[in-house]
Amino acid sequence: MSRKGRSSTAAKRQAPAPVFAALGDKTRLSLVAKLCGGQPRSISQLTEGSRLTRQAITKHLRVLERVEIVHSVRTGRESLFEFDPVPIEDIKKYLDLVSEQWDQTLSRLKSYVEG
Amino acid sequence: MDDRIEKRIELKAPVSRVWHALTDHREFGEWFRVKLDGPFVPGQISRGQITYPGYEYVKWEAVVQKMDPERLFSFTWHPYTLDPKIDYSKETPTLVEFRLEKTTSGTLLLLTESGFDKIPSDRRLEAFRMNDGGWTGQMKNIESHVAQRP
Repeated sequence: MSRKGRSSTAAKRQAPAPVFAALGDKTRLSLVAKLCGGQPRSISQLTEGSRLTRQAITKHLRVLERVEIVHSVRTGRESLFEFDPVPIEDIKKYLDLVSEQWDQTLSRLKSYVEG
Repeated sequence: MDDRIEKRIELKAPVSRVWHALTDHREFGEWFRVKLDGPFVPGQISRGQITYPGYEYVKWEAVVQKMDPERLFSFTWHPYTLDPKIDYSKETPTLVEFRLEKTTSGTLLLLTESGFDKIPSDRRLEAFRMNDGGWTGQMKNIESHVAQRP
């Protein structure tokens, strides 16, 4: 599947920091929340119910696009934006690993002080 | 997105015992699996060598932040410095905090590691990918080793 190929390339390039930075904004988080259901949406749809202008929403979408959390697909006259879960899964995987390491370390501390 | 790790663990040992195990560099080294060069001093760099089987080439380096007796021990460091070819020292470190609270049965230890949003380089993720399987495997070995000889 071509999508899979693209995703693995993206995964290789993505570092946790820019992904965190891209997500560290309320507007962008709400955009991700709207898109993460899997349904691609247009800028108009994404601007609906927001107090921001189309231009502002577009700017935020570009930030998300740069870290490949969203991709734009052209359909006819409009650009639709769709969610890509890979970068977020990657940082989650990274944090899970650090977290697992702490579980093991703390369990050694536990045996050490209780022993 | 949550950029921190939080752990809570109940320890059946008095706060003073846990504090000593955390902040005495020799005791810390026992359970953390690191040979430290000297005692922890706030504001100073702590250096040492990991003694974890298979990871003895990894250097330990942290900057001790706070030592608030029997309450808070914290340091900054670089997590996952597993690739010897990478100079991690230029990267923004994460903050590790151990907080202790007295409970009826002993001590509640709260651990947080924060600041992952500032990890600046994709080399980190690469290093983590490379070592993923091996590291996890090593952890399991150690766990069974500890379980056999508590």
